[in-house]
Amino acid sequence: MGTANNVLIFADIRNGTLRQVTFEAISVAHQMANGGEVHLAILESLDPNQIESLKQLKLDRMWHVDHPLLKTFNLDAYVETWVHLIDLLNPDVILTGHTALGRDVSPRVAARKRIGLLSDCIKLDTSSTYEFVFTRPIYAGKAYVQRTITKPPFFVTLRPNNFVAHFDTSLDQSIEIKTFHPNLSQISLRTVVTDVVRKVTSGVDLSEANVIVAGGRGVKSKEGFAPLEELAVVLGGAVGASRGACDAGYADYALQIGQTGKVVTPDLYIACGISGAIQHLAGMSMSKTIVAINIDPEAPIFEVADYGIVGDLFEVVPLLTKEWQRINR
Amino acid sequence: MEILICMKQTFDTEEKIFIQNGEIDDDGVERIINPYCEYAVEEGIRIKEAHGGTVRLITIGGAEAEAAIRTAMAMGVDEGYRLDLTDFPADSDEQTTSECIVQLIKQKQIPYDVILCGYMSIDNGTAQVGPRIAELLGIPHISTITSLTVDGRQVQVERDVEGDLEKVESSLPILLTAQQGLNEPRYPRLPDIMKAKRKPLHRMKWDELRVDVQMIQARTKKVAILPVEEKETGQILS
Ligand SMILES: Cc1cc2nc3c(=O)[nH]c(=O)nc-3n(C[C@H](O)[C@H](O)[C@H](O)COP(=O)(O)OP(=O)(O)OC[C@H]3O[C@@H](n4cnc5c(N)ncnc54)[C@H](O)[C@@H]3O)c2cc1C
Ligand SMILES: Cc1cc2nc3c(=O)[nH]c(=O)nc-3n(C[C@H](O)[C@H](O)[C@H](O)COP(=O)(O)OP(=O)(O)OC[C@H]3O[C@@H](n4cnc5c(N)ncnc54)[C@H](O)[C@@H]3O)c2cc1C
Repeated sequence: MGTANNVLIFADIRNGTLRQVTFEAISVAHQMANGGEVHLAILESLDPNQIESLKQLKLDRMWHVDHPLLKTFNLDAYVETWVHLIDLLNPDVILTGHTALGRDVSPRVAARKRIGLLSDCIKLDTSSTYEFVFTRPIYAGKAYVQRTITKPPFFVTLRPNNFVAHFDTSLDQSIEIKTFHPNLSQISLRTVVTDVVRKVTSGVDLSEANVIVAGGRGVKSKEGFAPLEELAVVLGGAVGASRGACDAGYADYALQIGQTGKVVTPDLYIACGISGAIQHLAGMSMSKTIVAINIDPEAPIFEVADYGIVGDLFEVVPLLTKEWQRINR
Repeated sequence: MEILICMKQTFDTEEKIFIQNGEIDDDGVERIINPYCEYAVEEGIRIKEAHGGTVRLITIGGAEAEAAIRTAMAMGVDEGYRLDLTDFPADSDEQTTSECIVQLIKQKQIPYDVILCGYMSIDNGTAQVGPRIAELLGIPHISTITSLTVDGRQVQVERDVEGDLEKVESSLPILLTAQQGLNEPRYPRLPDIMKAKRKPLHRMKWDELRVDVQMIQARTKKVAILPVEEKETGQILS
C-alpha cells in the first residue's frame, strides 16, 4: 500500500463556495497520505463564513492565496500560482477536480514540470503492489483503464461525484490558515475574460448534480421542458438534454449529455423521451440509478435502465412531481 | 494566416469495445476523425476561407490514420504530417504525445498563427494534449471554444465553461480547443476527395525526431484495461 508524505489539493470554487469535488479530493488525499500531510490551496476569495467552517476540516494546513489577479479566473495567473505553490511545498501528489478549472490548468502545470497527470479518475485502489492505482473510463465509458505513476510528484484530476466526500467536523483541532502572496509581477496576462453569461438556470451544476432529469426529442418543444424543470426542482436536481433535443433547439447545448456533451454520474438519472443512442449512453450510463420514460417499449434506453416506465412523458413526469411533493410534505 | 491542426483518428462512436489479451481489440474496427478534432478541422478551413493562408495538420498514428488525414484534406486541409510512434522504445502517455508534436513543429519549422485541437479525444479522453502543447510552445490557449472571431492579430472567443458562456480575448499566436457548437463540419465533395489524394503528406518515424527518450517517456503506467460490468436487467413498471 502506498503512502504520500505530502498531498496538495487545489480547491475549486464556484460562485463563492467550495465545490463538492474539493471535499471529495480531501478524502482521497487522506487515503493516499495515510498519516502524511494534507494541504489545501484556495485561490479565489471565499465567503469568510466558509473559511471558518473549513477550519473544522481534517487538513494539516490551508493556504489562502491572495492576489488581486486571482479574484477572477485568469489562466496565466493561475498556472504561475500553482507552479509557485508546488515549488514551495514540494508535494508528492497534487489533486484537483476534473472540472473546467482542473482541465485548463493541470495539463499546463504538468507540462511545465514534466510530470505525469492522470485525468478524470473515478476510483483509487491502494491495495495493489503498485503504490496507487487509479481507474479512469476510456472509450466514452465503454471500458476502464487502471493506471499508476512511475515517479512522484504526480498530478491527479478527479471526476466529480465518484468519491465519497469527507466532512469531519467532529475534530476539535483548528487548522492553521496561511496566507500566500504569489509574485505575479513578471507575468503577462495573455488571455482576458471580458464577460461571463450564466446559462445554467437551476444553480445546480450538471456535473455535480445528484439528480438529473434529462429530456430528449420526445419532449417535442422548448416549452415541453417545463414539466421536467418542475420535477428537477422538487428533487433538488438539474435538467439535462440529449443531443436530439439540443439539435432541435429545445435546449441549450450547454445542457447536452453524452459523448460530445457532459459526462455525468448522478445518483438518479431520469431520461424522458430519450431513445438511448450509444453516444447518449456514453455520458450517463454510469449513473447510479437510471429511470427511463419512453412510449416505445423497444427503445434502447430500457437496456441500461434500472426502472423503465413505458408511457407518455407528459403524463408520467407530472405524476412523479406530484408524488414527490406529497412524500416531501 | 498559418493554421495548424492537431487531429487524432478514433474508433467510430458506434463501435463496441472488446478486450483481447488485456488490450483493446482494434481488429476490423471502423475509424473516424475524433469528433472534436473534426470541429477543429472545419474551423481551420473557415479561417483560411476568411483570411487566406495555409492549413496544415499533424496526426500521430499508424498507417490506418491516413484515411482520416485524406478526409481532412478533402474538407480543405492543404498539407499533412503523420508521425508514426509505433516503434517508440519506451512507455508513452500524454506527455510523450505532446512533446513529440512540439518537436515535430520545431524541427520541420511548421509555421503557426493559430493551432486548433479538439477539446478531448473520445477514446483516451484526457483533454491534456492541447494545453500541454501550448505550454511547451510558450503560447496561451483557450479551451472548449464555441465561437471564434479573428480580427487582424486579435482573437475573440466564446467558450463553454460547464454550461456558462465565457467571452475571452487574446491575440495570435494562440492554441484553441474545439467544443461542440463551434461549427457544423462539412461533408467532402467527390472532386475534393479525388484532389485530396494528391495533396502533400509527410511521413515521419520517431527516430527522426531528435528527442531525449528519457525526458519525454511516460510518467504514468498502464496496469490493466477492464471491461464495464454488465448491468442487471432493469424492472419495467406499468
Ligand atoms: C459523433 C456523434 C456524437 C454524438 N454525441 C451525442 C451526445 O453527446 N449526446 C447525445 O444525446 N447524442 C449524441 N449524438 C446523437 C445520437 O446519436 C442520437 O441521435 C441522439 O442521442 C438522439 O436524441 P434523442 O434520444 O433525444 O432523440 P430520438 O432518437 O429521436 O428519440 C426520441 C425518443 O422519444 C420517445 N418519445 C417520443 N414521444 C414521447 C413521449 N410523449 N413520451 C415518452 N417518450 C417519447 C421516442 O420513442 C424516442 O425513443 C451523437 C452522434 C454522433 C454521430
Ligand atoms: C509511443 C506512442 C504511440 C502512439 N500510437 C498511437 C497510434 O497508433 N494511434 C493513435 O491514434 N495514437 C497513438 N498515440 C497517441 C496516443 O494514443 C494518444 O493520442 C495520446 O496520448 C493523447 O491522449 P488523449 O487521447 O487523451 O488526447 P486528448 O488530450 O484527450 O486529446 C485532445 C486533443 O489533442 C490532440 N491530439 C491528441 N492525440 C493526438 C494525436 N495522436 N495526434 C494528433 N493530435 C492529437 C487532438 O487535437 C485532440 O482532440 C501514440 C502515442 C505515443 C506516445
